[in-house]
Amino acid sequence: MTEMAHGPEAHAGQAHAHAKEAFIWKYVFSKNHRIIGVQYYVTAMVMALVAGLLAMLIRLQLAWPQKDWGVLAKIFPMGYDAGGGFGVMRPEFYAMLFTMHGTIMVFFVLSTAPVSGFGNLLIPLQAGARDMAFPFLNGLSFWTFFVGCVVILTSFFVGAGAAAGGWTAYPPLSALKAAVPGSETGQTFWIVGMVFFIASFTMGGLNFVTTIINLRTKGLSPLRMPMTLWAMFLVAVLGLLAFPALIAACIMLIFDRHFGTSFFLPTGLVLNNAPLLGADGKFLHQGGSPLLWQHLFWFLGHPEVYILMLPALGFTSDILTNFARKPLFGYKSMVGAMCAIGGLSFIVWGHHMFVSGMNPYLAMAFAVGTILIAVPSAVKVFNWLATLRGARIRFNTPMLWAMGVVSLFISGGLSGVWLAQSAPDIQLHDTMFVAAHFHLIMAGAALFGVFGATSYWFPKMFGRMMNDTLGKAHFWFTFIAYYCTFFPMHYIGIAGHLRRIYDPYQYEFLKPLQPINEFITISALVLGVSQILFFINFFWSAFAGRKAGENPWDANGLEWTTASPPPHGNWPGAIPEVHRWPYEYANPDFPKDHVMQTEPLTAAEQKLKAAEGPSRHEH
Amino acid sequence: MLRIASNNRQSGTVEVSRMGKLQGLLFALATVALVALATFYFTRTWLPPLKSDRVAIDHAIWLSLVVTGAVFILTNLLLAYFSWRFQDDGQTRAAYWHHNPRLEWAWTLVTALIMCTFLFKALNLWAEVTSPPPADAMLIEVTGQQFAWNVRYPGPDGMLGRTDHLLASQENPIGLDKSDPHSTDDVLLLNQMVLPQDRPVRVQIRSMDVIHSFFLPNFRVKQDAVPGMTVQIWFTPQGIGDYEIACAEHCGLGHYRMRGQVHVVSADGFDKALADAAAQ
Repeated sequence: MTEMAHGPEAHAGQAHAHAKEAFIWKYVFSKNHRIIGVQYYVTAMVMALVAGLLAMLIRLQLAWPQKDWGVLAKIFPMGYDAGGGFGVMRPEFYAMLFTMHGTIMVFFVLSTAPVSGFGNLLIPLQAGARDMAFPFLNGLSFWTFFVGCVVILTSFFVGAGAAAGGWTAYPPLSALKAAVPGSETGQTFWIVGMVFFIASFTMGGLNFVTTIINLRTKGLSPLRMPMTLWAMFLVAVLGLLAFPALIAACIMLIFDRHFGTSFFLPTGLVLNNAPLLGADGKFLHQGGSPLLWQHLFWFLGHPEVYILMLPALGFTSDILTNFARKPLFGYKSMVGAMCAIGGLSFIVWGHHMFVSGMNPYLAMAFAVGTILIAVPSAVKVFNWLATLRGARIRFNTPMLWAMGVVSLFISGGLSGVWLAQSAPDIQLHDTMFVAAHFHLIMAGAALFGVFGATSYWFPKMFGRMMNDTLGKAHFWFTFIAYYCTFFPMHYIGIAGHLRRIYDPYQYEFLKPLQPINEFITISALVLGVSQILFFINFFWSAFAGRKAGENPWDANGLEWTTASPPPHGNWPGAIPEVHRWPYEYANPDFPKDHVMQTEPLTAAEQKLKAAEGPSRHEH
Repeated sequence: MLRIASNNRQSGTVEVSRMGKLQGLLFALATVALVALATFYFTRTWLPPLKSDRVAIDHAIWLSLVVTGAVFILTNLLLAYFSWRFQDDGQTRAAYWHHNPRLEWAWTLVTALIMCTFLFKALNLWAEVTSPPPADAMLIEVTGQQFAWNVRYPGPDGMLGRTDHLLASQENPIGLDKSDPHSTDDVLLLNQMVLPQDRPVRVQIRSMDVIHSFFLPNFRVKQDAVPGMTVQIWFTPQGIGDYEIACAEHCGLGHYRMRGQVHVVSADGFDKALADAAAQ
């Protein structure tokens, strides 16, 4: 691939000219992919703190629903009935907690940190480009995202509080202002925040796709790309195809809420025993369908969970091979499996709607797609396991996280087989079983992937290493607490424990589950507190960690051929050429146990390649 | 394929973790502990006692548990074994082994075969559960509203009276049209449902305001109540007793207390039980 606008000489010159840039242009309104990646990452960290805190409050409520939380009532006066000395949580506050926890975690943390954060950091480095294809658009995309974050955070302080209709915002609950307090101003802020987020993600996606297609360095053919780069490409494509459905739905919801349309609102709505009438004495809303929103939402929603997960799967493949000191097993089938997962993710959205009232024949079609997606997912797991067989594993922090992803991907993926079958889903839908499933696979794999990537590529972010001992302590606390928090949720879900429920013990059949809920809550608190280790390690290492060399992990990829952190323009001289795949570890024909992607083919390899023809032995 | 080079590696830049062995062992132990914990949890009584004819759903859940449980144990134990067995010794190299088309095709096809079996069973079961109700099934209408279940029986004429949402009010929450002759004998209950044992019932599910979900944990029944739609489901109650109705879809502040009761009675005692419930 040839370079487009970024000639190496011109750029090297620019780098000097840029050296005296003002702080604000260099680090705030930056156009440099690395700075923008770090900006995304740190913003996502702040959002994760907020959403994590919300989760802790949710868990306290589920374990001890009628408890008087005197201190919390002082900190969150709007959330607790402070009057009369009571500090019991209000139901509207609880609805707001789980709505905003889900929204912030899914979009503003787990889509942002792996995709926008590491995508921006790694794509030019792994592809061998000076920067992203459109640096200005990149900066614009971050600041659009930032506005979205501000809008979402502001929504906690408007009118009756933030949105409270669930992160899925099903109308009519989210459309009728009188249906739930959060559907007053809070829901409007939610929609506006989401529109900013989607606009930002779309700009990012355009940049990702263009950069990966057009700016790859010479020799980096698609089948020599690292799995992370493949994941970023697929994620960008998924985002570009899926998010338009949600932005359309959001705009329709705005119109239903404020301008009297009826996209999602059927004829005959009666709220609080009073028909919702217009001035003419007829129903205000006529002929809309609440199911339309669900179709549009989940048309995005399901590809979205793969947008969260695919980067983590890519990181895991890169990290696992490095610390196993062994080539990635079944590289082509790994690429194929990822593409299959991406493609199938567009025809499975209806599995969120098996009991929604849609035509049962439609449910059958969606069950087919959903069960099929288990095949490429299983292929990935088997390939990872085969990669570990006969390995020489180095258990540094990144490796622990990568193995954690494999473990979570197995545990969370298997419960997907239960839920994919539409009839068992009747019993399990909307229970904690579903919460267990997606927290393990989608949230857990994405989160562990981000932690792994952070400890692995930290040198390329800040030029320093993270502390390995602190990192391991963080891993072990998180890994054990994560399983203790989410694994028992399967069990209470099967017993019928509902999701999104302010006080489960109103139901006789849920009363015996309180001890398990207490155990889950204590685990969740441990999980939450353990993250302090990460914050300490992150900020301390960024400023005072051990300085990293070019290639501290003995890795093969292009990002390890330049300084840590990379200079402006990424390589001081010419961009290196690629001659092989990034997973050449333990090859007995070489004196070193790892062979860089930039290493020219040896005479023997050239001979072999000529004999086998051009199509084989891409790597 | 499995070639192992014995010459020393020339690393040196990486600080190989001295705690490598311990970490590998810990990972193996954690994974084994996870398997043990999961096995312990999943073999205890779990589903609410079944009180309907939908036993096939329980069987499907059990089958899923057995198959995915076996895969879970096998893969996690492999992960444990590999992390315990294949640790870096600083001396030898890993196996240069990175593809084996026959093995890859085998595990792809075996997985596909298992999944197709699941699919075949799942589609058949779904067709059974969503099949049209038997002709003799008893008709009941359930209408969700914030935050109550309105249950209506057609009465002796067997016909539900007309409803018009424009007529809805505090006294008439579902907007029953009293001018319709079929409506006069309709029996209305609030948060109560009386069912005769062993007779199929078909339930028409509606909503006045937002989406609710009609959930009978003991009957393996769950169906969203969507405003603007009437969705019909059917099942056969088995086992006399009192059970709970839950709302499974977040519907607002009172979602958590949108609770009702199902009383399953003998076929002989049904008329009296219904009259008693209506008199309350």
